[in-house]
Amino acid sequence: MLEHLLSIAVTAIFVENMALAFFLGMCSFLAVSKKVETAIGLGFAVIFVLGITCPLNQLIYANLLAEGALSWVSADLATVDLSFLTFLSFIGTIAAMVQIVEMTLDRYSPQLYNALGVFLPLIAVNCAILGASLFMVERDYTFVESVVYGIGNGIGWLLAVVALAALREKLRYSNVPPGLRGLGITFVLTGLMAIGFMAFAGIQL
Amino acid sequence: MAAPRSAVLNKQQREALVDPLFNNNPIALQVLGICSALAVTTKLETALVMSAALTAVLCGSNVAVSLIRNYIPSSIRIVVQLTIIASLVIITDQVLKAFLFDVSKQLSVFVGLIITNCIVMGRAEAYAMQNGPVLSFFDAVGNSLGYSLVLIIVAFFRELLGGGKLLGVQLLPLYTEGGWYNPNGLMVLAPGAFFIIGFLIWGLRTWKPEQVEAY
Repeated sequence: MLEHLLSIAVTAIFVENMALAFFLGMCSFLAVSKKVETAIGLGFAVIFVLGITCPLNQLIYANLLAEGALSWVSADLATVDLSFLTFLSFIGTIAAMVQIVEMTLDRYSPQLYNALGVFLPLIAVNCAILGASLFMVERDYTFVESVVYGIGNGIGWLLAVVALAALREKLRYSNVPPGLRGLGITFVLTGLMAIGFMAFAGIQL
Repeated sequence: MAAPRSAVLNKQQREALVDPLFNNNPIALQVLGICSALAVTTKLETALVMSAALTAVLCGSNVAVSLIRNYIPSSIRIVVQLTIIASLVIITDQVLKAFLFDVSKQLSVFVGLIITNCIVMGRAEAYAMQNGPVLSFFDAVGNSLGYSLVLIIVAFFRELLGGGKLLGVQLLPLYTEGGWYNPNGLMVLAPGAFFIIGFLIWGLRTWKPEQVEAY
């Protein structure tokens, strides 16, 4: 069991890295990777939110939305299939969770709240969060697996964004052709990093 | 745009329609909607279907948001926009599953991810909240075209260089089957997409130097 969970975590962090293998969360990935500090802040916020929303959405999907899931309410509902509502309820959960996390942090840990700043609300529209929940449904993860998967994905995203931010800070000293500056060279860099992460492909625990 | 059409559209509408193609491309300049642009472009077919799906959602959401823009309290506008977008995406997803099941299987979660595609949210927030439904519609069409253009170019190169095919038809005979073309496996993988889009931006900015960034 533990080995299985470890394998899910390693796969999520390295082999199937959200940003570098599935291109998820790219918009904020490119936007916040100018400085290492902000990259770390957003990275931890993503881990936090992924770790909460992924298991929560698993509970919602398995107990309310999946085909026959409502049978615990009454036997008449055993044939009801609400899975077409998946997108709407997932994005609702994520938006609500981000809001709750924001308010809780504001109340109990103003320091962390100030450190994360504007990035917290932005997470609601980070596709890595919704993507993780959708992949979780596609792969039929259980509750415990979804906790590991959520947090693992967050760590993978943090690693990728911090590495890219560090590279971009160094990049200021290089002489890049004018048309390639900024967005262009960032894409090429990300591509090179993706090649690096491909070295992990095929690792099985 | 063709000359006779310009009589139909006034200047503002024409700008909303044509500007996002090259001057203010959603992917290359606004940095919106990149996730899906990279993920679905291994084949031209999926890229085309994805473009069509995004066009449908973007036009619907821009018009809907613009119609009710004066009744949305600004404190909950994000939730309202997300609900509209999510409902449209559900419809699109169901239509794809009903009529194009194979392609919708290949697109997997990326149809659902149109909800968090920043182009849709970004245009609703930046344009539809301030402009009338007709202008918003043209803005939606223009931005969808700009997005589709990049998607199709990237998918064209990835499918042609990665497998010698276009839309599933073998154009360059592979050497494994007695031909001469040695497929470039990198193109099918994630890094290939990053490189192509990076070079695409390079080309675009060489052509239009005013888009060059400071560093």
